[in-house]
Amino acid sequence: MIMLVIRRLLLSLLTLFIISLIVYVGVEALPGDSATGYLGQWATPESLAALREEFGLNVPIHVRYLNWLGDILRGDLGVSMVKRKPVIELIGNRFRNTVVLTITSALVGIPLAIVLGVIAGLMRDKLPDVIISTTSIVAMTLPGFVTATVLIYIFAIRLEWFPAITLVPSDVPVIELFDTMLLPIITLTMIMVAHILRLVRTNMIDVMVSDYVQMARLKGVPTRQIVFKHALPNAMLPTINIVALTLAWLVGGVAIIETVFNFPGIGKLLIDAITDRDFALVQGIAMILSGIYIALNLTADLLSLVLNPKLRTARGH
Amino acid sequence: MTLVAQSVEQPTRTKRRSPLAETWDNLRKSWAGMVGLILIILHILIATTSPVWIPRDPLEMNAKIRSQAPSVEHLMGTDKLGRDVFSRSMVGGRVTMVVTLIAISIAVVWGGLLGIVLGLVNGRADELIMRFVDALLSIPWLLIVLLIVSVLGTKMWVQTLTFGFTYGILTVRVARAAALDFVTSEFVLAARARGERKRTIVMKELIPNVRDVLLVDGAMNWSWMLLGFTSLSFLGFGVTPPTPDWGFMIAKNREILGVQPWAVFGPVVMLGTLIIGINLFADAFAKALGLDRSQGAPV
Repeated sequence: MIMLVIRRLLLSLLTLFIISLIVYVGVEALPGDSATGYLGQWATPESLAALREEFGLNVPIHVRYLNWLGDILRGDLGVSMVKRKPVIELIGNRFRNTVVLTITSALVGIPLAIVLGVIAGLMRDKLPDVIISTTSIVAMTLPGFVTATVLIYIFAIRLEWFPAITLVPSDVPVIELFDTMLLPIITLTMIMVAHILRLVRTNMIDVMVSDYVQMARLKGVPTRQIVFKHALPNAMLPTINIVALTLAWLVGGVAIIETVFNFPGIGKLLIDAITDRDFALVQGIAMILSGIYIALNLTADLLSLVLNPKLRTARGH
Repeated sequence: MTLVAQSVEQPTRTKRRSPLAETWDNLRKSWAGMVGLILIILHILIATTSPVWIPRDPLEMNAKIRSQAPSVEHLMGTDKLGRDVFSRSMVGGRVTMVVTLIAISIAVVWGGLLGIVLGLVNGRADELIMRFVDALLSIPWLLIVLLIVSVLGTKMWVQTLTFGFTYGILTVRVARAAALDFVTSEFVLAARARGERKRTIVMKELIPNVRDVLLVDGAMNWSWMLLGFTSLSFLGFGVTPPTPDWGFMIAKNREILGVQPWAVFGPVVMLGTLIIGINLFADAFAKALGLDRSQGAPV
């Protein structure tokens, strides 16, 4: 068991390493380098050469890569050439905002998904299930930006309950951001709930027709007890995996949602950075997000191993 | 005198139905599946024929009639540059369809073949490649695509190859799992016992059986790919203007959402109906083929 854990850990580190390679080489391969980006229209061959010398761009790429990697491991994410500030400073508040957004969505969404999933599973094909399932299928298959835009139209424009986009800068205290966070939270929650709910529902249905539940019924155990003491705990097991994976999906999905709502988070910062060709910023954010994504996947895997002993001896996939 | 009643049994001649006809019959029973299929066919028809019958030139700008509500001349109104939303919505899917359909074909073919071969071989090369595949799958999808697109640009063929490659990786896992199932089954063992070469086994036995799985998986991946591609367009990393494109239209016309919501809802309805259609069809198709469709991973 320990061996399995160590293997997964090493694999995660390897993946992180591969990602760092892709991120660094990929961004560096962009046409035009930091020097041309910095000088823009004022670039002349002489000034470009001088700047390249100063930025250390004449050093071969693998040396630059190793330097960059070393810096990152020491916590130094470099300096953004476009914004003339350290990357960490630019990320700071935005990261906090995104974390608040996602954690809130998760705290609301996960219990909601479980409750709705159980209801849908127990009342399979009856009206509550039909409503719940249909809505969740729609929320799951439509792209996030479509759902977000429709919600903006209904709640911000027609009903005017919430503001449509965020107009405050990123460094205000979280409290002030709250009412602009509501719609993004609702959107994220909807999508998360849709994914998790489907699985909970399927598991509930499977469990309720299983042998031991039938046995409990035959023994005369009241339905409520069956649901809460037997069906629910067993239906929950695979759900934990999906929850971790959905949180990991958020890493990518939140960027689009933030862009739709103009929310000052790290996702939107990434998109802007790519558009601005701000290499250092893109690399920094990419590494942070990838690290989180991999950590979440690792957690999901390890939780599955802990909760499902059968997986500990299974070979491969 | 005993009458020995002997029923002479005529062998009943049952018409042998081809698997295709059987699948089609099963499919017809699901009304959701048929709705999905109709939607898909409609969309393909619209994408291919729309330039012929649309009422207005999708690129024609007219500042005097900006952001107008739907009317007889403009069924879905106009966008903020005065262009006809209906015409643009009808042609807005063309690039998306071409890119995603070609990409999904590439993905299914290369991912499927590699997966089948890996499933057959199942040796050390297999282990190594699967580790690599797992590593690639652990990378946030959005990150990969954004990086590739920003490095290589937004030309159609670049995007097609990118999506074809990344979704092929997803397909490798599915194909390999399906192949592994069959490798241990009887007819492949029989083929091997007969001494048939690997290539013959692949062609004659494995592919027809794994094909069903790949078709359903391919349909679902097409749906995810549409999601991904339109998201890219929405962010501005997709199709270059002024080519009409659903994702891009939704992004740009959000400014007038309060005044002229149809500029956004036109493409939303088009995109939504296509994606939902594919999902309905894929679900029903899987059931018709007798497959147990597993949860697709959210991307």
